[in-house]
Amino acid sequence: MAEIARILRRLGAGAIDGIWRLGYASRFLAMVLLASAMAFRRFSLTMRELYFAGVLSLVIIGVSGLFVGMVLALQGFETLQNFGAAEAVGVLVATSLVKELGPVVAGLLFASRAGSAITAEIGLMKTTEQLSAMEMMAVNPLARVVAPRFWAGVISMPLLAAIFSVMGVFGGWLVAVKLLGVDNGTFWSQMQAQIDFRLGIVNGIIKSFVFGIAITAIAVYEGYDATPTAEGVASATTRTVVESALAVLAIDFVLTVFMFRGTGL
Amino acid sequence: MNRTTIDLWVGIFVALGLGAIVFLSMKVGNLASFKTEEGYHLDARFDNIGGLKVRAPVKSAGVVVGRVERIRLDPKTYEAVATLRIELAYQFTKDTIASILTSGLLGEQYVGLDSGGDTVMLKDGGLIAKTQSAVVLEKLVGQMMFGKAAEGSDKK
Repeated sequence: MAEIARILRRLGAGAIDGIWRLGYASRFLAMVLLASAMAFRRFSLTMRELYFAGVLSLVIIGVSGLFVGMVLALQGFETLQNFGAAEAVGVLVATSLVKELGPVVAGLLFASRAGSAITAEIGLMKTTEQLSAMEMMAVNPLARVVAPRFWAGVISMPLLAAIFSVMGVFGGWLVAVKLLGVDNGTFWSQMQAQIDFRLGIVNGIIKSFVFGIAITAIAVYEGYDATPTAEGVASATTRTVVESALAVLAIDFVLTVFMFRGTGL
Repeated sequence: MNRTTIDLWVGIFVALGLGAIVFLSMKVGNLASFKTEEGYHLDARFDNIGGLKVRAPVKSAGVVVGRVERIRLDPKTYEAVATLRIELAYQFTKDTIASILTSGLLGEQYVGLDSGGDTVMLKDGGLIAKTQSAVVLEKLVGQMMFGKAAEGSDKK
């Protein structure tokens, strides 16, 4: 009996802790949004973060997109050829990239490349008491440090996802048209006939935008909430990558259900 | 890293990103042929629409002239009513025949419009009177088998 009570107590403590953390994170996000006027008034702050989060992620996003597109075309071609529909390889590559893989894989890469860096930077600032020093000088660290990073991430993510998709389509085109001999005209015309602008492209951009908000919100929160020790920053960085990866995949499922249900696509 | 270099790189990044979105819209998603607002509606009643779906193309002589906008069942006559949105540039005569066709053996189903010789054109909200239902493969096979069986019994 005491054993059951102990298990239940642990469960209850876990639930309370989880809900408390969720509420704290939401309040933190609301405060960041309220404090974000400075991120736009002094846009050079956000500019610097755009450079670190966006520009420096370009290489990994571009190269990954290229290879994902090439592999998709190669694998899709093998299967589609069995049904005599090898020309549809363009549709396959573009549909999967624009609707799913572009936002999701770009989001996962962005979380591990930029999200972890944001967490580590803010966490280390907290550890070395730079954030407290700012408060002492009546500078709001939320406005000066957190908000520019948040908005830079939110702006970068849709752009990176679009670049990922374009590089993927280009990679697919390289393999399908140049290597496997699919007709160039058929490749593009089938793609254009099958992909709907609103259902495909716009929904993909909405997805990547939502992922950008989720990843950067998690990254700045974990950094700000990190235990101010070396281990604390290390575990906060790990949590950022794990939580944003899970968040991206879970949100992707929910968004897909709402966006594509009942459209026959 | 000074300010102007950062600005330059961020500018390149944003231009690349926006360029990618434009490329996706125009080249992949074919926004150029994306017109939904301009058009008028025609209704067509079918006994059976087979696998016709909303947003399937409406073609005349193979040219896409519109899309299927809505499909519903008339509860009185048990006929399927497909509402077609046709581009304003195309007018069809009153004796137009609408038929449900399949592109290729396994392709998607679409509505084919064959214009007649009437001088009166269909207006917005008009009804296409002459229709031809989808060919349902199972019925076709069933008919064939029935015909074969009947043939066999005649010989005896």
